[in-house]
Amino acid sequence: MRDVAIVAFAQTRHTDHDTGASEPELIQPVINEVKERTGLDRFGFTCSGSCDYLAGAPFSFVSALDALAAWPPISESHVEMDGAWALYEAWVRLQHGDIDSALVYGFGKSSLGDLRTIMTLQLDPYYLAPLGLDQLSYAALQAAAVGAERPELDEIVRRSRADGRGNPYALDLPDPEGEDFALRPLRKTDVPPITDGAAAIVLATGDLAARLCPNPAYIRGIAHRIEPHYLGLRDLARSPSAADAARAAGVGKGPVEVAELHAQFPHEEIILRRALELDGDTVINPSGGPLAANPVMATGLIRVGEAARRIHDGTARRTVAHAASGPCLQQNLVTVLEA
Amino acid sequence: MPSDPLVAQHVLEFPGGYTRTTGPVIGRFLSELRARRIVGARTAEGRVLVPPLEYDPATGEPVTGEYVEVGPAGTITTWAWVDEPLPGHPLDHPFAWALIKLDGADTALLHAVAADDPKALSAGSRVWPVWRDRPTGHITDLSHFVPEVTKIVSNVRAEYRLQAGGALRVFLEGVARGILLGSRCARCEKVYVPLRLACPECGSDLPDTLELPDTGTITTFAINNLPDPRAPEVPFVSAYILLDGADIPMIALIGDVPAHEVRQGMRVRAVWVPENERTASMANIRWFAPTGEPDVELT
Repeated sequence: MRDVAIVAFAQTRHTDHDTGASEPELIQPVINEVKERTGLDRFGFTCSGSCDYLAGAPFSFVSALDALAAWPPISESHVEMDGAWALYEAWVRLQHGDIDSALVYGFGKSSLGDLRTIMTLQLDPYYLAPLGLDQLSYAALQAAAVGAERPELDEIVRRSRADGRGNPYALDLPDPEGEDFALRPLRKTDVPPITDGAAAIVLATGDLAARLCPNPAYIRGIAHRIEPHYLGLRDLARSPSAADAARAAGVGKGPVEVAELHAQFPHEEIILRRALELDGDTVINPSGGPLAANPVMATGLIRVGEAARRIHDGTARRTVAHAASGPCLQQNLVTVLEA
Repeated sequence: MPSDPLVAQHVLEFPGGYTRTTGPVIGRFLSELRARRIVGARTAEGRVLVPPLEYDPATGEPVTGEYVEVGPAGTITTWAWVDEPLPGHPLDHPFAWALIKLDGADTALLHAVAADDPKALSAGSRVWPVWRDRPTGHITDLSHFVPEVTKIVSNVRAEYRLQAGGALRVFLEGVARGILLGSRCARCEKVYVPLRLACPECGSDLPDTLELPDTGTITTFAINNLPDPRAPEVPFVSAYILLDGADIPMIALIGDVPAHEVRQGMRVRAVWVPENERTASMANIRWFAPTGEPDVELT
């Protein structure tokens, strides 16, 4: 395996509303930021993650290329997934050995439609989508399966929002108050905020990484695993795919100082902590995590960027990032980063 | 405030919907649904997948060609309660999403469960399907599930012919004339109303009939929240009323006063129906109403 490191990370100051910026206008500032930071303006490979259903327009990711300077033609790819999977594709591409840098970005404006029912469109069209099963409905089923005590869930939301207030890129959300249900047993305060935002990361190999960044965050393990899509085939209280991905990425081979988890609901954090076997010594989501800013399709990539940032700034030597996709943590991607 | 002319609604829609092929396994399941049967596919390892998939997710092996009828009833394993259904949901009133392990299946089916309220459901609850009137071969041929029958309503009705004879006949004939008749026991020195032929304390005959006034005092009362055909509205008050001169209270409705103002010691008078409507029945007294006199200290 070639050594691949994250050498730059940038994200937007996420908003809880549509500012009117087009997708290229949303992306361009973060692309420019990582270009300036690395001094690179061409990359061996470029890969993005987004979802056309968020904008309601086919191939909307193609017009987003306007933000990149894509002429003369660049080597480019896209995943209809969170940008974290674009990072995985870029990491695989870098293993080919013929290029030494990659640009990865993810973006999404979940303010444009009704995210709750747009998420129904990702479900299988035979058994689930015709029932109108929506994002909060399946999340509530998983919360019921976990059956966590209310104080533990409330504390996760409180901690996430407090950390988010300390993060200039996350939303300013108050301490959770009120006991209204969104969809029992989910409380309204358990629901992640609707968020627009984008993020970009530059990957570099070997000597280039060391030249571009004083403290590169080396990817020492990266793996993703998937479970059956249909919820009735799974034990929703556990995530064996996250546990498998964590083992494959080598999470347990050393202490984890910081873990950034793509937990959109507090019960997901409980499932993931168990699956990744994180103990009380690991700081979870110091950025505030998805409960403080959830720009869908960038949220997972931001977990990787936040985990890398702790190594870039010298505050940690070994961190873990997790990204999820599909209903009820169907697919999980785990990345281990080291100084 | 005028709306921003540069904000517009955008609709993404595929008119008529996509046509999707089902493949042989899902197609068989949906065809069975159309015939109002629920089937699963047996895997090479012998498990029954419901709803069926073409491949066993545990092994990646194709499922066998054996289809097993399951259910129709099943057991809830996990559920969540929807207080505010969305337009696309299967039911337009509060309902539960549930994972339902149908009898004979090794996996759970996700569907809606109709219940009066979330207290009616728990993991382990038994549920049965409700079919749509015209199944077409679609997962929504199962309209939803409902809890297993655990109780029924039994109607009881029997008819009798009752005759007021003896003391009751005399009393009701008095009521027909707007008079309340009682009896006095000379030995016990007690006045009973309604009229009776023997003293319930000493057993003596009670030959003395006397007329009692239609005024009295409330000794105790109850506020009733269940409707009663004799009461004008809910809540209503039924009370023990000690008629002036009587030693035993009689039970009657209280009216013309809010329920929360009724109190022990309150003075009341019978409200009679108009004379031309009177019969030999206690219905002659609509209820007792406060007289406005000062309350009486009850001993």
